[in-house]
Amino acid sequence: MGGLAHYLEDEGLATTQISLIRPQTENTRPPRALWVPFELGRPLGAPNDAAFQAKVLRTALALLERTDGPVILDDFPEDAPVSGAAENDEGWFCPINLPPPPADLEAGGGYKVAIQAEIGGLTTWYDIALRERGRTTMGLSGMKIDEITDFVCAFLDSQIPENPNEGQSLGQSLKFAVEDLKAFYREAAGAQPGQNTGKEMNDWFYGSTAAGKAMYALWPIADNLAKQSGDEFMKIFANLLLIPASQKFRAKAANTKGEAGT
Amino acid sequence: MVRLADLDEPERSHLANIPCASFDAEPWVTGPPLTERRIAMISTAALQHRDDTPFLIGTGDYRYIADDTPASDLVMAHISTNFDRSGFEQDLNVVLPLDRMHELAEAGEIGSVARFHYAFMGSTDPVQMEAAARAMAGHLKADGVDSCILLPV
Repeated sequence: MGGLAHYLEDEGLATTQISLIRPQTENTRPPRALWVPFELGRPLGAPNDAAFQAKVLRTALALLERTDGPVILDDFPEDAPVSGAAENDEGWFCPINLPPPPADLEAGGGYKVAIQAEIGGLTTWYDIALRERGRTTMGLSGMKIDEITDFVCAFLDSQIPENPNEGQSLGQSLKFAVEDLKAFYREAAGAQPGQNTGKEMNDWFYGSTAAGKAMYALWPIADNLAKQSGDEFMKIFANLLLIPASQKFRAKAANTKGEAGT
Repeated sequence: MVRLADLDEPERSHLANIPCASFDAEPWVTGPPLTERRIAMISTAALQHRDDTPFLIGTGDYRYIADDTPASDLVMAHISTNFDRSGFEQDLNVVLPLDRMHELAEAGEIGSVARFHYAFMGSTDPVQMEAAARAMAGHLKADGVDSCILLPV
Protein backbone atom coordinates (compact mmCIF):
# COMPACT_ATOMS: atom_id res chain seq x y z
CA MET A 1 0.00 0.00 0.00
CA GLY A 2 2.73 2.45 0.98
CA GLY A 3 4.57 1.77 -2.27
CA LEU A 4 1.59 3.04 -4.25
CA ALA A 5 1.68 6.26 -2.23
CA HIS A 6 5.31 6.80 -3.20
CA TYR A 7 4.57 6.30 -6.91
CA LEU A 8 1.49 8.55 -6.90
CA GLU A 9 3.22 11.34 -5.01
CA ASP A 10 6.13 11.11 -7.41
CA GLU A 11 3.58 11.70 -10.18
CA GLY A 12 2.27 14.82 -8.44
CA LEU A 13 -0.77 13.46 -6.56
CA ALA A 14 -1.13 14.02 -2.82
CA THR A 15 -1.91 10.87 -0.85
CA THR A 16 -3.15 9.82 2.52
CA GLN A 17 -3.83 6.26 3.57
CA ILE A 18 -5.14 3.87 6.14
CA SER A 19 -2.54 1.60 7.72
CA LEU A 20 -3.59 -1.75 9.17
CA ILE A 21 -0.14 -3.18 9.99
CA ARG A 22 1.84 -0.40 11.62
CA PRO A 23 5.35 -1.94 11.35
CA GLN A 24 4.94 -2.23 7.60
CA THR A 25 3.99 1.43 7.31
CA GLU A 26 6.89 2.43 9.55
CA ASN A 27 9.16 0.64 7.09
CA THR A 28 7.59 1.88 3.85
CA ARG A 29 7.27 5.49 5.09
CA PRO A 30 4.48 6.86 2.89
CA PRO A 31 4.01 10.63 3.35
CA ARG A 32 0.77 10.42 5.34
CA ALA A 33 -0.85 7.45 7.04
CA LEU A 34 -3.38 6.78 9.76
CA TRP A 35 -2.85 3.52 11.60
CA VAL A 36 -6.12 2.00 12.75
CA PRO A 37 -6.46 -0.79 15.34
CA PHE A 38 -8.99 -2.71 13.27
CA GLU A 39 -9.15 -6.21 11.90
CA LEU A 40 -7.48 -6.91 8.59
CA GLY A 41 -10.16 -6.58 5.93
CA ARG A 42 -11.95 -3.70 7.69
CA PRO A 43 -10.01 -0.48 7.03
CA LEU A 44 -13.05 1.64 7.95
CA GLY A 45 -13.59 -0.31 11.18
CA ALA A 46 -17.12 -1.64 11.24
CA PRO A 47 -19.74 -2.60 8.66
CA ASN A 48 -23.07 -0.77 8.75
CA ASP A 49 -21.80 1.94 11.10
CA ALA A 50 -21.84 5.06 8.97
CA ALA A 51 -20.94 7.42 11.80
CA PHE A 52 -17.84 5.47 12.78
CA GLN A 53 -16.77 5.00 9.17
CA ALA A 54 -17.12 8.75 8.57
CA LYS A 55 -15.00 9.49 11.63
CA VAL A 56 -12.20 7.25 10.36
CA LEU A 57 -12.44 8.71 6.87
CA ARG A 58 -12.39 12.33 8.11
CA THR A 59 -9.34 11.61 10.28
CA ALA A 60 -7.41 10.06 7.38
CA LEU A 61 -8.37 12.83 4.94
CA ALA A 62 -7.42 15.54 7.45
CA LEU A 63 -3.80 14.42 7.11
CA LEU A 64 -3.85 15.95 3.62
CA GLU A 65 -4.00 19.42 5.17
CA ARG A 66 -1.18 18.90 7.66
CA THR A 67 2.05 20.80 7.13
CA ASP A 68 4.36 18.90 9.48
CA GLY A 69 5.42 16.13 7.12
CA PRO A 70 6.89 14.13 5.65
CA VAL A 71 6.45 11.61 7.23
CA ILE A 72 3.17 11.59 9.19
CA LEU A 73 2.04 8.34 10.84
CA ASP A 74 -0.79 8.99 13.28
CA ASP A 75 -2.72 6.49 15.38
CA PHE A 76 -6.50 6.42 15.32
CA PRO A 77 -7.50 6.56 18.98
CA GLU A 78 -10.55 4.28 19.01
CA ASP A 79 -11.13 0.58 18.58
CA ALA A 80 -13.89 -0.50 16.24
CA PRO A 81 -17.32 -0.69 17.87
CA VAL A 82 -18.44 -4.13 18.95
CA SER A 83 -21.89 -5.61 19.15
CA GLY A 84 -23.86 -5.84 22.37
CA ALA A 85 -23.08 -9.52 22.71
CA ALA A 86 -19.35 -8.90 22.35
CA GLU A 87 -19.51 -6.08 24.91
CA ASN A 88 -20.85 -8.64 27.37
CA ASP A 89 -18.02 -11.02 26.47
CA GLU A 90 -20.57 -13.41 25.01
CA GLY A 91 -19.24 -12.95 21.51
CA TRP A 92 -21.04 -13.55 18.27
CA PHE A 93 -22.50 -16.94 17.56
CA CYS A 94 -24.14 -18.25 14.44
CA PRO A 95 -27.89 -18.08 15.01
CA ILE A 96 -28.60 -20.91 12.59
CA ASN A 97 -28.83 -24.45 13.89
CA LEU A 98 -27.00 -26.70 11.49
CA PRO A 99 -26.89 -30.47 11.74
CA PRO A 100 -23.63 -31.48 13.44
CA PRO A 101 -21.10 -32.83 10.92
CA PRO A 102 -21.32 -36.63 10.89
CA ALA A 103 -18.41 -38.62 12.20
CA ASP A 104 -17.91 -40.43 8.90
CA LEU A 105 -17.15 -37.40 6.75
CA GLU A 106 -14.18 -39.20 5.28
CA ALA A 107 -16.35 -41.99 3.90
CA GLY A 108 -17.08 -41.82 0.18
CA GLY A 109 -19.40 -38.91 -0.51
CA GLY A 110 -19.54 -38.02 3.18
CA TYR A 111 -18.48 -34.42 2.77
CA LYS A 112 -20.90 -33.83 -0.07
CA VAL A 113 -23.89 -35.18 1.85
CA ALA A 114 -22.98 -33.12 4.92
CA ILE A 115 -22.33 -29.91 2.97
CA GLN A 116 -25.56 -30.29 1.01
CA ALA A 117 -27.42 -30.67 4.31
CA GLU A 118 -25.78 -27.52 5.67
CA ILE A 119 -26.56 -25.58 2.51
CA GLY A 120 -30.17 -26.69 2.85
CA GLY A 121 -30.24 -25.16 6.31
CA LEU A 122 -28.47 -21.98 5.26
CA THR A 123 -30.29 -21.15 2.04
CA THR A 124 -33.20 -19.33 3.67
CA TRP A 125 -30.74 -17.10 5.54
CA TYR A 126 -28.61 -16.57 2.47
CA ASP A 127 -31.75 -15.43 0.63
CA ILE A 128 -32.63 -13.07 3.48
CA ALA A 129 -29.15 -11.55 3.39
CA LEU A 130 -29.35 -11.21 -0.38
CA ARG A 131 -32.69 -9.43 -0.17
CA GLU A 132 -31.70 -7.11 2.68
CA ARG A 133 -28.26 -6.19 1.30
CA GLY A 134 -29.31 -6.16 -2.32
CA ARG A 135 -26.17 -8.02 -3.23
CA THR A 136 -24.10 -11.12 -2.84
CA THR A 137 -20.34 -11.25 -3.06
CA MET A 138 -20.45 -14.73 -4.60
CA GLY A 139 -19.69 -14.88 -8.29
CA LEU A 140 -15.97 -15.37 -8.79
CA SER A 141 -16.39 -18.99 -9.85
CA GLY A 142 -19.30 -18.40 -12.21
CA MET A 143 -21.02 -21.41 -10.63
CA LYS A 144 -24.17 -21.82 -8.58
CA ILE A 145 -23.91 -23.17 -5.05
CA ASP A 146 -24.92 -26.72 -6.01
CA GLU A 147 -22.38 -26.73 -8.84
CA ILE A 148 -19.73 -25.41 -6.45
CA THR A 149 -20.52 -28.22 -4.01
CA ASP A 150 -20.22 -30.84 -6.75
CA PHE A 151 -16.96 -29.36 -8.00
CA VAL A 152 -15.23 -29.02 -4.63
CA CYS A 153 -16.46 -32.36 -3.32
CA ALA A 154 -15.21 -34.18 -6.41
CA PHE A 155 -11.67 -33.44 -5.24
CA LEU A 156 -12.55 -34.80 -1.81
CA ASP A 157 -13.74 -38.01 -3.43
CA SER A 158 -10.42 -38.49 -5.22
CA GLN A 159 -11.72 -37.33 -8.57
CA ILE A 160 -10.30 -34.66 -10.83
CA PRO A 161 -13.32 -32.77 -12.14
CA GLU A 162 -13.48 -30.99 -15.45
CA ASN A 163 -12.21 -27.44 -15.23
CA PRO A 164 -15.32 -25.23 -15.52
CA ASN A 165 -13.25 -22.37 -16.91
CA GLU A 166 -10.61 -23.39 -19.43
CA GLY A 167 -9.29 -19.84 -19.42
CA GLN A 168 -7.67 -20.43 -16.05
CA SER A 169 -5.86 -23.23 -14.26
CA LEU A 170 -7.74 -25.90 -12.35
CA GLY A 171 -6.16 -24.51 -9.19
CA GLN A 172 -7.52 -21.05 -9.92
CA SER A 173 -10.99 -22.49 -10.57
CA LEU A 174 -10.84 -24.39 -7.28
CA LYS A 175 -9.73 -21.25 -5.44
CA PHE A 176 -12.70 -19.25 -6.76
CA ALA A 177 -15.12 -22.10 -6.03
CA VAL A 178 -13.87 -22.35 -2.45
CA GLU A 179 -14.12 -18.57 -1.99
CA ASP A 180 -17.70 -18.61 -3.24
CA LEU A 181 -18.55 -21.52 -0.93
CA LYS A 182 -17.13 -19.65 2.06
CA ALA A 183 -18.99 -16.49 1.03
CA PHE A 184 -22.28 -18.39 0.88
CA TYR A 185 -21.81 -19.65 4.44
CA ARG A 186 -20.70 -16.27 5.82
CA GLU A 187 -23.43 -14.29 4.12
CA ALA A 188 -26.08 -16.67 5.46
CA ALA A 189 -24.62 -16.73 8.97
CA GLY A 190 -24.35 -12.93 9.03
CA ALA A 191 -27.93 -12.36 7.92
CA GLN A 192 -29.32 -11.77 11.39
CA PRO A 193 -28.65 -8.53 13.29
CA GLY A 194 -25.53 -8.39 15.43
CA GLN A 195 -21.97 -7.78 14.46
CA ASN A 196 -19.45 -10.54 14.18
CA THR A 197 -15.69 -10.20 14.03
CA GLY A 198 -13.79 -11.98 11.32
CA LYS A 199 -12.28 -14.29 13.93
CA GLU A 200 -15.69 -15.25 15.26
CA MET A 201 -16.93 -16.00 11.76
CA ASN A 202 -13.81 -18.04 10.99
CA ASP A 203 -14.07 -19.95 14.26
CA TRP A 204 -17.62 -20.90 13.34
CA PHE A 205 -16.88 -21.86 9.74
CA TYR A 206 -13.62 -23.76 10.28
CA GLY A 207 -14.51 -25.15 13.68
CA SER A 208 -18.18 -26.07 13.42
CA THR A 209 -19.21 -26.79 9.86
CA ALA A 210 -18.64 -29.71 7.53
CA ALA A 211 -17.61 -27.26 4.82
CA GLY A 212 -14.94 -25.89 7.14
CA LYS A 213 -13.70 -29.38 7.92
CA ALA A 214 -13.64 -30.07 4.19
CA MET A 215 -11.03 -27.33 3.79
CA TYR A 216 -8.62 -29.30 5.99
CA ALA A 217 -9.29 -32.47 4.00
CA LEU A 218 -8.78 -30.58 0.75
CA TRP A 219 -5.38 -29.27 1.82
CA PRO A 220 -3.30 -32.46 1.30
CA ILE A 221 -5.40 -33.48 -1.69
CA ALA A 222 -4.71 -30.20 -3.51
CA ASP A 223 -1.07 -30.31 -2.46
CA ASN A 224 -0.63 -33.82 -3.86
CA LEU A 225 -2.48 -32.88 -7.03
CA ALA A 226 -0.13 -29.94 -7.49
CA LYS A 227 2.87 -32.23 -7.19
CA GLN A 228 1.43 -34.60 -9.78
CA SER A 229 0.27 -31.99 -12.26
CA GLY A 230 2.83 -29.22 -11.87
CA ASP A 231 0.02 -26.71 -11.31
CA GLU A 232 2.02 -24.08 -9.41
CA PHE A 233 -1.05 -22.11 -8.43
CA MET A 234 -2.65 -25.27 -7.00
CA LYS A 235 0.41 -25.69 -4.76
CA ILE A 236 0.18 -22.11 -3.49
CA PHE A 237 -3.56 -22.45 -3.07
CA ALA A 238 -3.24 -25.64 -1.04
CA ASN A 239 -0.64 -24.34 1.36
CA LEU A 240 -1.30 -20.61 1.63
CA LEU A 241 -4.66 -19.62 0.15
CA LEU A 242 -7.06 -22.25 1.46
CA ILE A 243 -7.01 -21.94 5.25
CA PRO A 244 -6.15 -18.76 7.19
CA ALA A 245 -2.92 -18.89 9.17
CA SER A 246 -4.99 -18.25 12.30
CA GLN A 247 -7.07 -21.40 11.68
CA LYS A 248 -4.34 -23.86 10.75
CA PHE A 249 -4.06 -25.01 14.36
CA ARG A 250 -7.12 -27.16 13.68
CA ALA A 251 -5.39 -29.06 10.90
CA LYS A 252 -3.82 -31.84 12.94
CA ALA A 253 -7.11 -32.81 14.53
CA ALA A 254 -9.16 -32.41 11.39
CA ASN A 255 -6.85 -34.00 8.93
CA THR A 256 -5.98 -37.64 8.95
CA LYS A 257 -4.83 -37.87 5.36
CA GLY A 258 -1.65 -36.80 3.65
CA GLU A 259 1.28 -34.76 4.92
CA ALA A 260 0.42 -31.16 4.19
CA GLY A 261 -2.12 -30.81 6.93
CA THR A 262 -0.22 -32.50 9.71
CA MET B 1 -7.86 -5.49 16.14
CA VAL B 2 -4.45 -5.71 14.53
CA ARG B 3 -1.96 -5.00 17.26
CA LEU B 4 0.66 -7.61 16.52
CA ALA B 5 1.37 -8.12 20.20
CA ASP B 6 -2.27 -9.15 20.71
CA LEU B 7 -2.23 -11.88 18.08
CA ASP B 8 -1.48 -15.54 18.60
CA GLU B 9 1.12 -17.47 16.69
CA PRO B 10 1.40 -18.27 13.82
CA GLU B 11 -0.66 -15.27 12.75
CA ARG B 12 1.64 -12.79 14.52
CA SER B 13 4.75 -14.10 12.78
CA HIS B 14 2.91 -14.35 9.48
CA LEU B 15 2.01 -10.66 9.58
CA ALA B 16 5.32 -9.51 11.02
CA ASN B 17 7.27 -11.31 8.33
CA ILE B 18 5.35 -10.19 5.27
CA PRO B 19 8.01 -8.59 3.06
CA CYS B 20 7.52 -4.91 2.41
CA ALA B 21 9.44 -2.44 0.30
CA SER B 22 11.61 0.41 1.52
CA PHE B 23 11.98 3.74 -0.25
CA ASP B 24 14.76 6.31 0.09
CA ALA B 25 12.69 9.27 -1.11
CA GLU B 26 10.21 11.16 1.06
CA PRO B 27 7.71 12.63 -1.41
CA TRP B 28 5.37 15.34 -0.18
CA VAL B 29 2.77 16.80 -2.52
CA THR B 30 0.60 19.52 -1.02
CA GLY B 31 -2.62 21.05 -2.28
CA PRO B 32 -5.58 23.29 -1.59
CA PRO B 33 -7.90 22.93 1.42
CA LEU B 34 -9.92 19.69 1.59
CA THR B 35 -13.01 21.64 0.61
CA GLU B 36 -11.46 22.22 -2.80
CA ARG B 37 -9.89 18.83 -3.43
CA ARG B 38 -11.07 16.19 -5.85
CA ILE B 39 -10.36 12.83 -4.26
CA ALA B 40 -10.12 9.28 -5.58
CA MET B 41 -9.98 6.05 -3.63
CA ILE B 42 -7.31 3.44 -4.32
CA SER B 43 -8.02 0.04 -2.79
CA THR B 44 -5.75 -3.00 -2.58
CA ALA B 45 -8.70 -5.33 -1.94
CA ALA B 46 -8.70 -6.70 -5.50
CA LEU B 47 -12.18 -5.35 -6.02
CA GLN B 48 -13.45 -5.80 -9.54
CA HIS B 49 -16.61 -5.79 -11.59
CA ARG B 50 -18.17 -9.21 -11.92
CA ASP B 51 -17.25 -9.44 -15.59
CA ASP B 52 -13.68 -8.14 -15.23
CA THR B 53 -10.77 -10.45 -15.87
CA PRO B 54 -9.81 -11.78 -12.43
CA PHE B 55 -6.64 -10.57 -10.77
CA LEU B 56 -3.82 -13.06 -11.09
CA ILE B 57 -1.15 -13.75 -8.52
CA GLY B 58 1.98 -11.64 -8.80
CA THR B 59 0.64 -9.14 -11.31
CA GLY B 60 0.54 -5.46 -10.47
CA ASP B 61 -2.33 -4.35 -12.66
CA TYR B 62 -5.47 -2.55 -11.56
CA ARG B 63 -9.19 -2.50 -12.22
CA TYR B 64 -11.15 0.71 -12.39
CA ILE B 65 -14.37 1.23 -10.46
CA ALA B 66 -16.68 3.91 -11.79
CA ASP B 67 -17.93 6.12 -8.99
CA ASP B 68 -21.56 5.18 -9.69
CA THR B 69 -20.89 1.43 -9.68
CA PRO B 70 -23.56 -0.37 -7.65
CA ALA B 71 -22.16 -2.40 -4.76
CA SER B 72 -23.91 -5.42 -6.23
CA ASP B 73 -21.58 -5.31 -9.25
CA LEU B 74 -18.38 -5.65 -7.21
CA VAL B 75 -16.67 -8.83 -6.07
CA MET B 76 -13.38 -9.32 -4.26
CA ALA B 77 -10.81 -11.45 -6.10
CA HIS B 78 -7.98 -11.12 -3.59
CA ILE B 79 -5.94 -14.31 -3.24
CA SER B 80 -5.20 -13.99 0.47
CA THR B 81 -7.35 -15.79 2.99
CA ASN B 82 -5.74 -14.01 5.94
CA PHE B 83 -8.15 -11.09 6.29
CA ASP B 84 -11.80 -10.78 7.11
CA ARG B 85 -14.29 -10.75 4.24
CA SER B 86 -17.47 -10.86 6.31
CA GLY B 87 -17.39 -7.09 6.87
CA PHE B 88 -17.17 -6.48 3.13
CA GLU B 89 -19.99 -8.94 2.59
CA GLN B 90 -22.21 -6.96 4.95
CA ASP B 91 -21.25 -3.47 3.79
CA LEU B 92 -19.04 -2.36 0.91
CA ASN B 93 -18.29 0.87 2.76
CA VAL B 94 -16.10 -0.87 5.31
CA VAL B 95 -13.64 -1.53 2.47
CA LEU B 96 -14.49 1.09 -0.16
CA PRO B 97 -16.46 3.94 1.46
CA LEU B 98 -18.29 5.19 -1.61
CA ASP B 99 -21.32 6.34 0.36
CA ARG B 100 -19.22 8.06 3.03
CA MET B 101 -17.17 9.95 0.42
CA HIS B 102 -20.31 11.24 -1.24
CA GLU B 103 -21.74 12.31 2.10
CA LEU B 104 -18.57 14.31 2.78
CA ALA B 105 -18.79 15.90 -0.67
CA GLU B 106 -22.47 16.75 -0.24
CA ALA B 107 -21.69 18.31 3.15
CA GLY B 108 -18.97 20.41 1.55
CA GLU B 109 -16.20 18.82 3.63
CA ILE B 110 -14.32 17.78 0.48
CA GLY B 111 -14.48 19.35 -2.95
CA SER B 112 -15.65 16.42 -5.04
CA VAL B 113 -15.36 12.68 -5.56
CA ALA B 114 -13.46 11.30 -8.54
CA ARG B 115 -15.29 9.81 -11.49
CA PHE B 116 -13.21 6.64 -11.22
CA HIS B 117 -11.61 4.79 -8.34
CA TYR B 118 -9.06 1.99 -8.70
CA ALA B 119 -8.28 -1.37 -7.16
CA PHE B 120 -5.06 -3.36 -7.04
CA MET B 121 -4.46 -6.69 -5.40
CA GLY B 122 -2.36 -6.43 -2.26
CA SER B 123 0.06 -9.22 -1.42
CA THR B 124 1.95 -8.05 -4.50
CA ASP B 125 5.48 -6.68 -4.67
CA PRO B 126 5.11 -2.89 -5.10
CA VAL B 127 7.75 -3.01 -7.83
CA GLN B 128 5.27 -5.03 -9.88
CA MET B 129 2.71 -2.25 -9.40
CA GLU B 130 4.91 0.70 -10.34
CA ALA B 131 4.21 0.89 -14.07
CA ALA B 132 0.47 0.46 -13.57
CA ALA B 133 0.44 3.00 -10.74
CA ARG B 134 2.21 5.62 -12.83
CA ALA B 135 -0.19 5.01 -15.74
CA MET B 136 -3.11 5.26 -13.33
CA ALA B 137 -1.79 8.60 -12.10
CA GLY B 138 -2.23 9.96 -15.62
CA HIS B 139 -5.85 8.84 -15.69
CA LEU B 140 -6.46 10.36 -12.27
CA LYS B 141 -5.03 13.73 -13.31
CA ALA B 142 -7.08 13.67 -16.50
CA ASP B 143 -10.14 13.35 -14.24
CA GLY B 144 -9.05 16.43 -12.30
CA VAL B 145 -8.06 14.44 -9.23
CA ASP B 146 -5.43 16.06 -7.01
CA SER B 147 -5.54 13.73 -4.00
CA CYS B 148 -6.01 10.05 -3.23
CA ILE B 149 -6.87 8.02 -0.18
CA LEU B 150 -5.32 4.58 -0.17
CA LEU B 151 -7.24 1.77 1.50
CA PRO B 152 -5.68 -1.62 2.34
CA VAL B 153 -7.35 -4.78 3.57
